[in-house]
Amino acid sequence: MNDRKNTQQEIGWLLDGQKLAVLSTRTPEGHPYVSLVAFASAADLKCILFVTPATTRKYANLRADPRVALLIDSRSNQDADIHHAMAVTALGSAQIVEKDQDRGFLDRYLAKHPHLEEFAKAPTSAWIRVHIHRYVHVKNFQSVMELRMQ
Amino acid sequence: MTHWILPLETVTPADLNRVGGKAYALHRLAQAGFTVPTTYCVTTDAYAEFVSHAGLRERILMELHRKDFKDMRWEEIWDASLRIRNLFLTIPLPSPLADSLRTAFETHFPETAVVVRSSAPGEDASDASFAGLHESYVNIRGADAVVDRIRSVWASLWSDRALLYRQELGLDVEKSAMAVVVQEIIAGDRSGVSFSKNPNNQFEGVVESVYGLNEGLVSGTVTPDRWRFDRSSRRLTEHTPAEREYAVVPTDSGIERRPLPEGLAARPPLTPPEAEAVFALALRSESYFQAPQDVEWTLRDDRLYVLQSRPITTVSTDAPDDTRRWYLSLHRSFENLKALRSRIEQTHLPGMAAEAQALAQRKLEGLPDAQLADEIQHRVETNDKWVKVYWTEFIPFAHGIRLFGQVYNDTMRPENPYEFMDLLGATPMASLERNRLLEELASMIRADPRLREILQKQDPEQADDLFRHRLARFIEKFGDLSCPVTGGTQCLQGTDALIKILLELASHPPAGIDHPGAGTADRLKIAFFERFGQQAKREQAEQLLDLARASYRLRDDDNIHLGRIEAQLIAAVEEARRRIRSRLPQLSGRLDPAEAVLSLKNPAHVPSMPGAQQAEEKPRKTPSRIQARQIVGQPAGPGISKGPARVIRTTEDLFEFKHGEVLVCDAVDPNMTYVVPLASGVVERRGGMLIHGAIIAREYGLPCVTGVPDATQRIHTGDALTVDGYLGIVTIG
Repeated sequence: MNDRKNTQQEIGWLLDGQKLAVLSTRTPEGHPYVSLVAFASAADLKCILFVTPATTRKYANLRADPRVALLIDSRSNQDADIHHAMAVTALGSAQIVEKDQDRGFLDRYLAKHPHLEEFAKAPTSAWIRVHIHRYVHVKNFQSVMELRMQ
Repeated sequence: MTHWILPLETVTPADLNRVGGKAYALHRLAQAGFTVPTTYCVTTDAYAEFVSHAGLRERILMELHRKDFKDMRWEEIWDASLRIRNLFLTIPLPSPLADSLRTAFETHFPETAVVVRSSAPGEDASDASFAGLHESYVNIRGADAVVDRIRSVWASLWSDRALLYRQELGLDVEKSAMAVVVQEIIAGDRSGVSFSKNPNNQFEGVVESVYGLNEGLVSGTVTPDRWRFDRSSRRLTEHTPAEREYAVVPTDSGIERRPLPEGLAARPPLTPPEAEAVFALALRSESYFQAPQDVEWTLRDDRLYVLQSRPITTVSTDAPDDTRRWYLSLHRSFENLKALRSRIEQTHLPGMAAEAQALAQRKLEGLPDAQLADEIQHRVETNDKWVKVYWTEFIPFAHGIRLFGQVYNDTMRPENPYEFMDLLGATPMASLERNRLLEELASMIRADPRLREILQKQDPEQADDLFRHRLARFIEKFGDLSCPVTGGTQCLQGTDALIKILLELASHPPAGIDHPGAGTADRLKIAFFERFGQQAKREQAEQLLDLARASYRLRDDDNIHLGRIEAQLIAAVEEARRRIRSRLPQLSGRLDPAEAVLSLKNPAHVPSMPGAQQAEEKPRKTPSRIQARQIVGQPAGPGISKGPARVIRTTEDLFEFKHGEVLVCDAVDPNMTYVVPLASGVVERRGGMLIHGAIIAREYGLPCVTGVPDATQRIHTGDALTVDGYLGIVTIG
C-alpha cells in the first residue's frame, strides 16, 4: 500500500501548484480569524513560509498564539470542484524568523513569488515559518487522509 | 422549431456531432434517394440543456468520482448507473425544453406511434461501435411518453455497459453527450439486416430476415432465415431456412413476440428476388458510404425502407478471459433468467444437497490411507465442479435483481433508487434461518445461568439434553461454523468456536430483524402492480417480481449450499491431517488437499504444511505517520453507528467478535454472517448493494458501507469507527 507515498506526493503537487493559502489564527478574545497569504513550502513539506506586514491582525494573533492552520486547495470556482478539487489543511506552529539568520527563507519564498521581492524585503515585513505537525488531505469530495509530520 | 429538434431534411454536415452518427447517416441516405422513415433529431444541445439544469451534470460526475473509476468493481458501476438513471428519470425537464419537445411531437406525430433510438456522437464510427449498447424504444405513442423515453435513452449513456465501453475506448466520460432520433414506426410485415460484406468472409454478402419487426432479430428472440450472396456476381448462393416460430409485432403500447400463424411459418419471409433486392440495397449503401455496411431494413406493403445503416465493425478479438466480456454476459433477458432459475432450482440445488448428504454419509475414519486419498481427490473434483456451476449459473442469476430494479425504477420513478430492495427484502434466506436457530440457542443460555457456567468451562457434554440436542441439530444443518469462508482452507476443530459466539450472543439482548417488514413490501408491491393496467402486463410484472425474489434469496443461499459441499472436502483433508500428524507430530500447519493425497499414497512423503497464519495482528506500538481519516465507499444500508472495528483477516478473528463491534472485512460471505447480530455496522471492501454484507446488514437494519478501498489494511481492529450508511463514509478515530 502506497498511501503514504501517494498522499505525500499529492500534497507536494498541490503546495507547489497553488500561490495562496488561507491562514487561520486566533484573536486575543479566542475568536477564529482567517486571512489569505502568499505562501511557499519546503520540499520535504516540513514547513510553510509566508510574509506579512508586522502591523496586521494576523501577525498580532500569531505572536500571541503560534498555533495556526492553513488551507491550500485547487478549486476553480466551478461546479466540478466538488469532485475535482483537492484540499489540504495543514496544522502547525508559527515561528517569527530572524531575518539575518535565515538566508534560505528569502530564496525559497522569492523563487515562487518573485514579484513580491519589495514586499518581502521591506523592514516592516515579518517572515513567518510554520512548522507543520500534520496535514489533512481531502480529495474525491470526501476521501480524507492524515499525514503526521512529527 | 428550435436548435433542440431538427427535422432530418434540415441536417447539415456541421450538425454531425449534434445529431450523432445514426441520424447523420439516415440524413445522407434520404438525400441519396433511399426510402427512410420520417425522422426528427433531438440534438445534443437538448441533452446539454437538461444536464445543465438542476446540477445534473455535476451529480453524475460526483457519482463517478466517489473513487477512482479503475477501483470500482462492476457491481459498484452498476449501482452508480442505477442512481444516475434514476436522476434522469426523476429530475423535471426545464420547462422551455419540455414544452418545445412536447409541441414538436404533438405537431409531427399527432396520431403516429414512433420509435425512439439513441444516436450518440461517435457511436457508429467503425472503430468504436456501440451497436446495441444504448437503448431504443419501439411503438411509443403520445408526446409525454416520447419525452419519457428520450430521458431513458439519455440515461443509457450512463449505463454500466456504456461506461465500461467508453472507459475501454479511452473516451472522455466528462464530455459525453447523447442525441436521440424519433421516427415514425414502420410496421413492416418483414424485416431484417443485411451485411454488404460478411465480416467472416470478404467474398460474401448476407441477408437475414424475420416476419414482423426487426426487434425480434436484433434482440435474438426470433431466429432469421439467412441468404448468402457472392459479392462479385451478386448472385444468391445459399438459403438457410430458420425454424420459424415467432414474430415481434406492435401492440397497443410497445411490442410483443407472438407465435406465427401456420401459413407464414411454412414460407420464408423473402422470395429470392426480394432477398436480392435487399442485398442490392446494402451494396448501394456501401457504394454511397464507401465502406461495407450493416443495414437494418423493413418491408411494408412491398416498399423497402432503410431503418439504419452503419459501417461494419470487425469481429471482436478480445481475449476470452477478458472479465469485461464476462461481465457483459451477465446481462440476461427475462426468458434467459427464467430458464436459469429452473435449472438452478430443479437441478443444481437438489444436486448439491444430495451430493453433500452422500459425502457426509461416507465414514472417513475406517478408510485405508489409499482410499482416503481417492476420497479427497473425489471431493476436490466435486467441489470444483460446483464452484464452476456457482460462477456460470448462480452469479449470472443475480442479474434478476438488477432487471427487476430497472423495471421498478422505470415504472415507479421512486425518489430512493433502492426502494425495490425493500420490496425484495422480507424474503426468507438460509443465513437468516441459521441466525434464528443460533438466537434460539443463545436465548436458552440467557435464561439459564447454570448452562452458561457449564459452557464457560468448555464442557458442553454436561449441558442438558434439550440444549445438546438442539446444538447437534444446528451443527447437522449448518456445520459448527468452523469453516466459514468459502474458498478458505482454515478450520478450527470442534464446537469451542461456536460456543464462544453463543456465549457472546447470550450476554446481550437479541438483535431484532429490522427489514421494512411485510407491511412495507406489500404496500410497495400493490402500488407497483397497479401501474400495469392490462392483465397480461400485470402477470408479466408478477412473474418478474417472483424471479427477482428467487434471485435475491439465492444470492445469499448459494454460498451456504456451496459451503456444505466444501465442508465435506475439508473434513476429509482434516482426517488426513490427523493421520499425518500422528506420524509426524512436528507438523502443525495447514494442509493442502494435493499434499494430503501425496502423503497418503506415499508414507515417505513429508508434506509441506505452512504455519498457521497469525490470528491477530500485532498491536501497533507507534502510530503510523499516515492514517486514513475518512474513506469513501458506497452507501449500502442506511443509518449511522459508532463502535470499535473488528477486522476479519482469518477465521479466528470471527470468533473474537464482540457485541457492538463494526464488522470490517474484505468480502462478507454468507457463511460468516452469523456475527452480524452482534455487530453495530458493516464495512466491506467489495462494493455494491447486492453483495451479501449489504443484504444481511439491511435485514438487521445496520448501517453498511461497501466498496471501501483497502478496508482491511487501512482499518485496524480496535480503531474507533463511525459508519455513515447514508453517505457511504467510514470515519476512523
